[in-house]
Amino acid sequence: MLPILQVGPLAIQVPGLMLLAGVWVVVSLTDREASRYSLKPSILSNMILMGLVVGILSARLWYAIRFFGIYLDNPLSVFSLNPTTLAPMEGALTGLAAAAYYGYRKGLRLWPTLDALTPGLAAFSLAVGFAHLASGDAFGAETAVPWAIELWGAQRHPTQIYEVIAAGFIFWLIWEMRRKTPASGFLFLAWVALAALSRLAIEAFRGDSIIAFDSLRSAQLGSLLVLAIALVGMHLVARAQAQDSRS
Amino acid sequence: MSKLSSLAKDPIRWGAIVAGVIVLGVIWIGISQVPASATTSGAIPSPREGFAAPDFTLETLEGETITLSDLRGKAVVVNLWASWCPPCRAEMPALQAAYEADHARGLEILAVNMAYQDREQDAQRFVQDFGLTFTVPLDRDGTVARQYLLRALPSTFFVGPDGVIRKVVIGGPMSEATIRSTVSEMLEEVP
Repeated sequence: MLPILQVGPLAIQVPGLMLLAGVWVVVSLTDREASRYSLKPSILSNMILMGLVVGILSARLWYAIRFFGIYLDNPLSVFSLNPTTLAPMEGALTGLAAAAYYGYRKGLRLWPTLDALTPGLAAFSLAVGFAHLASGDAFGAETAVPWAIELWGAQRHPTQIYEVIAAGFIFWLIWEMRRKTPASGFLFLAWVALAALSRLAIEAFRGDSIIAFDSLRSAQLGSLLVLAIALVGMHLVARAQAQDSRS
Repeated sequence: MSKLSSLAKDPIRWGAIVAGVIVLGVIWIGISQVPASATTSGAIPSPREGFAAPDFTLETLEGETITLSDLRGKAVVVNLWASWCPPCRAEMPALQAAYEADHARGLEILAVNMAYQDREQDAQRFVQDFGLTFTVPLDRDGTVARQYLLRALPSTFFVGPDGVIRKVVIGGPMSEATIRSTVSEMLEEVP
């Protein structure tokens, strides 16, 4: 765990650095993959940056709206660089909507675009795993297994390492699959299914699960639902692809 | 076309795979269920969100003794600082403003000076320069720094009325809005 790297007077937030590196990898891989799907790399890169910028700015705005009275007294605080005063879910949805709107305006086709983004998304999941490893977030349940790690006052499952291994394996699978899969959305749906499967499996060892219905881990319920939808989606796009190739 | 997409277009075989995955998923969810209390870590002292704030007893700049756990029932901001740290200097006016705004509603601020790497007379001058009216305990042997895994100054821990950490801000300076927006959520729980 290395949440902060102190370089002289600078306290560098290592998890943030990992995520930033992840964004760079997403943009680089998407640039590289775009031509495979007959898409313009610059449009895809702009779409990613548009989503990021709008997402971050709106996350701060949504947060300021939630505490409107306080920010009205201190309006310049809206520009504070503190990453803890963000509304992440609202920001992510707004950023996603902005990126989708940009893509729509630029005439990007949905499934080839998602397929082109998929290797980058798989690599970003790996960066998220490393960010969790650095921050100690997404920590494991207490355990006595020989490979347990000392974290947050107890011996715990190293769920961040499980996450990195799973994300690495999924990235390798997606990287191998991408050459053999037609641009139909199949690759994207396969990644969604694999990511959901990984979360379903690893959540069982987490120590910070949100519990629903007295004893069930809500992330597992959500993951199973996403997994089922993705698998059905894979069937539908594979069948549509087969029909297209026959006609 | 890949073997996987060839398999996926076959409704019978793919349907069987989907059904199998769902059944195994449901079994896995059943195996890994836990009581709600098993994943809440509020009882374990550790310097992160959702955990009990590590307790400490320190002497203050005025020579009195303060214990964190004695402040249960109040919203507490534990700020670790040193007089030579520029972002600590930059955020102190915001902490003082938040204290003045919300102390009457149940806010306490413990601005723990890292006395083991600072000079007490410098800390005293710092408090006078900024007109600080909240409690300033002195961490003379680095106990609190170790308990809170201090990696950067300033570091701030927002502790709810139940003694559980709600937010951690490492580095600074924090704005007054950052402090007050976090505190306002904790104050709603003050009895």
